[in-house]
Amino acid sequence: MSILNPDMESMSSDERKALQSERLQATVKYEYANVPFYRERMDKHGVKPEDIRGIDDLNKLPFTDKNDLRDGFPFGLLAVPQQQIVRIQGSSGTSGHPIVTGYTENDIEVWTEMAARALAALGANSDSIVQVAYGYGLFTGGLGLHQAATRLGAMVIPMSGGNTQRQLMMMEELGTTILCCTPSYAIYLGEAARDMGILSQLKLKSGCFGGEPWTEKMRTELESLFGIDAMDIYGLSEIAGPGVSFECKMKDGLHINEDHIIAEVINPETGEILPYGESGELVMTTITKTGQPMIRYRTRDICMLNKEPCSCGRTTLRMSRLAGRTDDMLVIRGINVYPGQIESVLETVSGITPHYLIVADREASTDSLEVQIELTEDMFSDTISQIESLKNLIALQIKSVVGLQAEVKLVPPRSLPRSEGKSRRVIDKRRI
Amino acid sequence: MFVTQISIFLENVRGSLRNLTELLGESEVNLLALTIADTSGFGIVRIIVKGSDVENTLSVLHQAGYIAKTNKVVCVRVPHKPMGLAKVIAALDNAGISIEYSYSFYQKNFTDACIIIRPSEMEGSIIALEKAEINIVGQEEVDSFR
Repeated sequence: MSILNPDMESMSSDERKALQSERLQATVKYEYANVPFYRERMDKHGVKPEDIRGIDDLNKLPFTDKNDLRDGFPFGLLAVPQQQIVRIQGSSGTSGHPIVTGYTENDIEVWTEMAARALAALGANSDSIVQVAYGYGLFTGGLGLHQAATRLGAMVIPMSGGNTQRQLMMMEELGTTILCCTPSYAIYLGEAARDMGILSQLKLKSGCFGGEPWTEKMRTELESLFGIDAMDIYGLSEIAGPGVSFECKMKDGLHINEDHIIAEVINPETGEILPYGESGELVMTTITKTGQPMIRYRTRDICMLNKEPCSCGRTTLRMSRLAGRTDDMLVIRGINVYPGQIESVLETVSGITPHYLIVADREASTDSLEVQIELTEDMFSDTISQIESLKNLIALQIKSVVGLQAEVKLVPPRSLPRSEGKSRRVIDKRRI
Repeated sequence: MFVTQISIFLENVRGSLRNLTELLGESEVNLLALTIADTSGFGIVRIIVKGSDVENTLSVLHQAGYIAKTNKVVCVRVPHKPMGLAKVIAALDNAGISIEYSYSFYQKNFTDACIIIRPSEMEGSIIALEKAEINIVGQEEVDSFR
């Protein structure tokens, strides 16, 4: 559980501010000189590179968002000639058109260093056997953890996603000690291992789970299922893959690699910067990348930041677990609904494994909210009245947390769509 | 004194009962009694099988991914004639015990009918039924049914 780069991860706050300020100034000058998109954006915004003298001037800079990447697809935001790009990563994008990010050799190195810090924090070293069950491809999960584990000298099993039977066979027979995949797939693997009766043969010690928002309840489930430490990791292809931030053994927020990234949290409606401890949209600026550096990139992920030093010894800013995405936000009868809110309700009502689906629909011009929940053994009873009262309790809690009457529907176990990658939390059937 | 019942959660969609009964049939589980409680969204199927079949039935159900649980119910035998059941209900009511649900099954060798009852109080119901001289059927006797 070591700190891979104590010079960078545990530096004093003054040193860090000086380092970030120097790197931010350089990045802004570099972008202005090399990326017409940024030059025009900054000119339009009335800000020159020399106006940025340190991180306190960050808020003078305009935001960048997913639409800019979509409009500039594929190479509009590159700061270097295509010949210097050694890798393309990206995502399918929720609204159809893909977005891609070009990485130089330097950018791959930055990403690998960040992800290696994450794996080191959960105990990886040359003794480790790391099974990467994230997809390999444009999605950064697979290659990101692969590069990081290789950097640490661990033995990598590059399984990629899917093929559950073979995943478990390799896990058992090669003696995997660290599992890397999405948390929902990890639960799926654990349930399958339990059904096959091989859980006790596994040698897993820890898991590196990211790529989608998850909860403390899922952590407890994963840790007791596999008998491991389950840690969160965060990243996005536009900034770097997994490793942008990661949990240490304290499991109390994700340490942001601040020597490479500056993080802010803003009000998604107004763009105003929020104080530490307030929940809003995460905005990130890269300060060491050369291929496609991003300035004040709006991630659409909802979280809050914590400046308190961590007892692990790292001094970096920590971000909370993701509470959801601004994309996932549903507006139902004028009320904002985040999946994270529904999840917190399901967690407080004991005994519920958080497999659920939120369905928004519209009947006779009235919006409806349905929450489908997979029933567990603990929730089940031989009497209708007990099951109905549990449903009513959940509906009541949703009403008090969200402010909306929801139809709660109990469904059989494993009946909700569960992709082997990211799990789907929201379906919006409304035609607006 | 009590009889073991298995309750199974089913979604209220076409084919779900068929799948369940076929699964049990293919696993050589014979149902002594069955009742379905349904709401618009889901149903609970409650079954009685031989005591020696309970464990196997549960594991068949769990392996197939069903949510299923056992619980104790009371089984009584009443004369198969008018007022047979009414006496039982009255005995429980007099003792202030309410009934969550009840269902009956009939054995062709008997002149009596068998009634399954899920009372609000298990122990109390036995005392009340014994006091009213109602014939209580235990698991062993149920197991002898054919």
